[in-house]
Amino acid sequence: MLAHFTNVITVFLMVAGLFIITARGNLIKKLVGLSLFQTSVYLLYITPGKLIGGTAPILSPAYTVYSNPLPHVLILTAIVVGVSTLALGLALTVRIREAYGSIEEDEILALDHSVEDDEARESH
Amino acid sequence: MAVAVWAIAFTRNLFSVVVLSGVYSFLMATVLVALDAVDVAMTEAAVGAGVSTVLLLAALRLCKSEEAKPAHKPWLPLAVSVSTSVLLVYGAWGLPDFGDPEAPIHKNVVPRYLNNEVDVPNVVTAVLASFRAYDTLGETVVVFTAGAGIIALLRRRKKNPDNKGGGA
Repeated sequence: MLAHFTNVITVFLMVAGLFIITARGNLIKKLVGLSLFQTSVYLLYITPGKLIGGTAPILSPAYTVYSNPLPHVLILTAIVVGVSTLALGLALTVRIREAYGSIEEDEILALDHSVEDDEARESH
Repeated sequence: MAVAVWAIAFTRNLFSVVVLSGVYSFLMATVLVALDAVDVAMTEAAVGAGVSTVLLLAALRLCKSEEAKPAHKPWLPLAVSVSTSVLLVYGAWGLPDFGDPEAPIHKNVVPRYLNNEVDVPNVVTAVLASFRAYDTLGETVVVFTAGAGIIALLRRRKKNPDNKGGGA
């Protein structure tokens, strides 16, 4: 159980992010959930690289055991890409708010449906 | 951290949600320090807690900061989430144990990285800028594309004079 405790934490955070994305209608809340999901992926990559008794991968004659540097590099890239997707998503949210006057998924869908109904009525 | 996540899921004031996500990012940074990933922790504290929070607050200024009450109970997402977590935990049992030095992740290319081939003591910097420099180039391309996309999305607003200014 203890050997996989870190994985259980990772899965909890991942599923919390998934729940926020699927259950909440607010677009900004969804983006926060998405970044929560992303941080769980950081943990998923970094925890297997840790060695008990190891130290940070900065070479020094005083140490011989280092944790794995490769996941750190990959996750550095992932963090920067994550923040750029967040910024793009927020820009889209701002545009949607301008077009619909709302950032709630339900209200946007209702607006779309009412527009479709109007068009159907006009064509008859 | 679990408390912060819980509060993010069930708080409806978006300003509190943004501040809580900043708190969560700092907690995540401390966890990453404990896992020896000091470079990642620094980036997470600067980018996750700093830049993301600023971006979210800028977007909040342009939008309403209160979330509507959910129209229906979230039973289906809850069921999907719980079943996914059960599957993932079951799958995690097949992974190597935490801190196992014999795990495949420690045996492949990493001993070469730790050989100090490029004469930079920080191995993360060496791998990022030398061994995997093409990855970093791709990353900058992604960031550039995102920036270009944001400019393309937000520039059209200037044609409507009744909209508020300010970028996100």
